[in-house]
Amino acid sequence: MTLFGRQIPMMSSLIIWALIWEILGQFDLVLLFPPFSEVVMALGDVLTSSSFAEAIRVTLLAYVSGLGLAIVVGIPLGFLMGLVPVADKMLNMWVNTFLAAPLSALVPIFMILFGLGTPTVIVTVFMFAVWIIVLDTRAGVQHITPSLLEMSRSFGAGRGERFRMIFLAALPEILAGIRLGMVRGVKGVVIGQLLVSIIGVGALFTLYQQNFLMAHFWALILLLFALALTLSGLVGKLEKRIDYYAGNRSS
Amino acid sequence: MTMAAIQTDVTVHEMPQTPHPIIEVDGISKLYGDVQALKDINLQFETGHLTSLLGPSGCGKTTLLKIIAGLLQPTEGEVRVKGQAIDGPGRERAFVFQDFALMPWASVLDNAAFGLKMQGLGKAERRERARHYVAEVGLSGFEDSFPHQLSGGMRQRVGLARALAVDADVLLMDEPFSAVDEQTRRKFQEDLMHLREVEKKTFLFVTHSIEEAVYVSDRIVLLSPRPGRLSDIIEPDIPRNVDPDRLRRDSGYLDTVEMIWSSIRKYVE
Repeated sequence: MTLFGRQIPMMSSLIIWALIWEILGQFDLVLLFPPFSEVVMALGDVLTSSSFAEAIRVTLLAYVSGLGLAIVVGIPLGFLMGLVPVADKMLNMWVNTFLAAPLSALVPIFMILFGLGTPTVIVTVFMFAVWIIVLDTRAGVQHITPSLLEMSRSFGAGRGERFRMIFLAALPEILAGIRLGMVRGVKGVVIGQLLVSIIGVGALFTLYQQNFLMAHFWALILLLFALALTLSGLVGKLEKRIDYYAGNRSS
Repeated sequence: MTMAAIQTDVTVHEMPQTPHPIIEVDGISKLYGDVQALKDINLQFETGHLTSLLGPSGCGKTTLLKIIAGLLQPTEGEVRVKGQAIDGPGRERAFVFQDFALMPWASVLDNAAFGLKMQGLGKAERRERARHYVAEVGLSGFEDSFPHQLSGGMRQRVGLARALAVDADVLLMDEPFSAVDEQTRRKFQEDLMHLREVEKKTFLFVTHSIEEAVYVSDRIVLLSPRPGRLSDIIEPDIPRNVDPDRLRRDSGYLDTVEMIWSSIRKYVE
């Protein structure tokens, strides 16, 4: 970004927003908006509290399990849909429905099915993340250059090698799906825990809200945002390393 | 071809009978639904020769090549390689693809070694052999580059090295030069002629360029479209072992080009 011909660091826009927040907060207009400095102060408080460490542990556990499950189920399902037209016809409608549906509405049903605990949160993360992984994998598998498969056949590649070739050729799309799934999974874990509200970050949110610790509340939100951005940034980096060939696949 | 000095005209055969056929195409027909892509093709390809399959688009020349490669199943008829009927791709045939079909995630060397890897060769050995052929097609120094770092012509050289490395008897080339620019193409054709001398393989070459076919072929199989049928077989009677730029002005060469053009122009118009 440049301003008046000068290079400005990426983060400077954040500083401006933080300033606006600080000024508005200092007016003490609503209880909901403490000044930004107070939030930053609370950040240390939140980070060092033992309940935060425990909440993060529970949250990460649910997040990683749900996401792992989504990847393990999503990629094979995407392969199936990409390679078998009948399976695609049967499943495509449902996958698209679940992708667009407000999944939060389903969480109470998960609660009945899986109880008020981590399993429900895992299922929520899974449901938020899996469909985009399925669809992106499917798209990747379907858009492989046909000649690449003919090539592997003509040089005597067996089934396993042909599968490996499809996987590698579809890898850029698969990774894009995983990255989007990760971002959606963060939503899933927070929404799941908020609705279950007795475990993890959800319990902390409830605790801070009920005790009017708004600075702590915002600090926690900032932490979660940072976490989600870092995660998607990490996968984005991995994607870039794979992407070097993605743009060249058509030729 | 030995009579080239006297006869500047072209020789036309009605039904080919070659003494040492390596590939025999016997009554091949191919239907795509209701569309007849190929109709009763009978052909023989002699060991060590370069034959072009030439014709306007829609004549089924690529379909025929892919049937010979074992990548497509004919609706009727059979293809025999060294007397054996084929039912799929085989080691004695290697394919060069129009769009190169390189693996974008693999280096030039690994791409060239792909066929050898499929044959179960150890890593060290296949890399050594691939390195030899990468050098032979003129890509020394690019072994560790990736396809997207190469020009179109260079990419096709990798495809050629991959096909040469498996040491097949027959090289099947599907419009290998159509995706590269004109200058690269000419250089490529000259290199192909040279390669043919060195490698002593049988080449089948699909092209839609008359000049290219006349320039590189021992024999040209002319196909006509809708349905794809054998239209003519031409043995260009042009001097070999001369400077390529002189050859392109040779009257035998120009006459052959003209003759082929007049026989296929009715399908184009």
